[in-house]
Amino acid sequence: MYRRFGRNDVIFIGCLLLFCIGVCVAVYKGNTVIGSYITVTVDGKEYGTYSLSEEQTITIGEGEHINTITIKDGKAYMASASCPDQLCVNQMAINYDKQSIICLPNKVVVTVTSGNENDVDMIIR
Amino acid sequence: MKKKTAYLGIMLALALICSYVEALIPIPLGIPGIKLGLANIVIVFALYSMGIKEALLLSVMRVTISGFMFGNVVAIAYSLTGGLLSLLVMYLLKKTEKLSCISISIAGGIFHNIGQLIIAAVLVDNYYVLYYVPVLMIAGFITGACIGIVAQEVLIRIGKQIRE
Repeated sequence: MYRRFGRNDVIFIGCLLLFCIGVCVAVYKGNTVIGSYITVTVDGKEYGTYSLSEEQTITIGEGEHINTITIKDGKAYMASASCPDQLCVNQMAINYDKQSIICLPNKVVVTVTSGNENDVDMIIR
Repeated sequence: MKKKTAYLGIMLALALICSYVEALIPIPLGIPGIKLGLANIVIVFALYSMGIKEALLLSVMRVTISGFMFGNVVAIAYSLTGGLLSLLVMYLLKKTEKLSCISISIAGGIFHNIGQLIIAAVLVDNYYVLYYVPVLMIAGFITGACIGIVAQEVLIRIGKQIRE
């Protein structure tokens, strides 16, 4: 019923590995730009933009859903969250462009952005 | 039929224990969603020794029960999407009958994580979640390979007795 590891597997795994590496390169290529702002969105709506250069603590939400973001040494991290899994609190501090911290239960997304408010580079007609 | 019911019960219990053990092991990588997926050994084993229907049943039951017992209800949505997508991919690859258990498990691991990310992007309404795709794909690759090796060894040893 089940097949032993053979030539097909080597080809298949090789292709998958190449595909993974390809996706990595495509997504992370050249992303060494250090961002200067963080944008916070709650449930898909923009909540606010904060500078990474000044040290501050931001409290988001009300009632039972509270997230606290701390900006220190030019990096932002989730200091505390009311969610049960605490995954966002355990994430690393972020400062590179497009990096993000996501709290799924509270639907809070913190994303690093570079200085430009307008993300559109150019429009080709 | 009686035997099959008993085997399904044993496997479900085993999958739940695997989920519980997994919840006790923290993986301090700073990236959410990376898990060993020990319970998937049972799912892969069931897919090979019993069939797609039994594996599907086990997968859904495992995710639902462990979600209520060890996680939160939100986690069920993520695990279920990932589990179903990976099971679908594994089933289709198994049907070709050209690949071994290890390759199929690797593909399953990768698609498990992709499924979770898709539902996360939909629920949070933010496509930046997809920034995690490469990391989670590599994590799925590694864990899938480990799961596949274990499942293959188990199948070689006791697969025949269960299939009969």
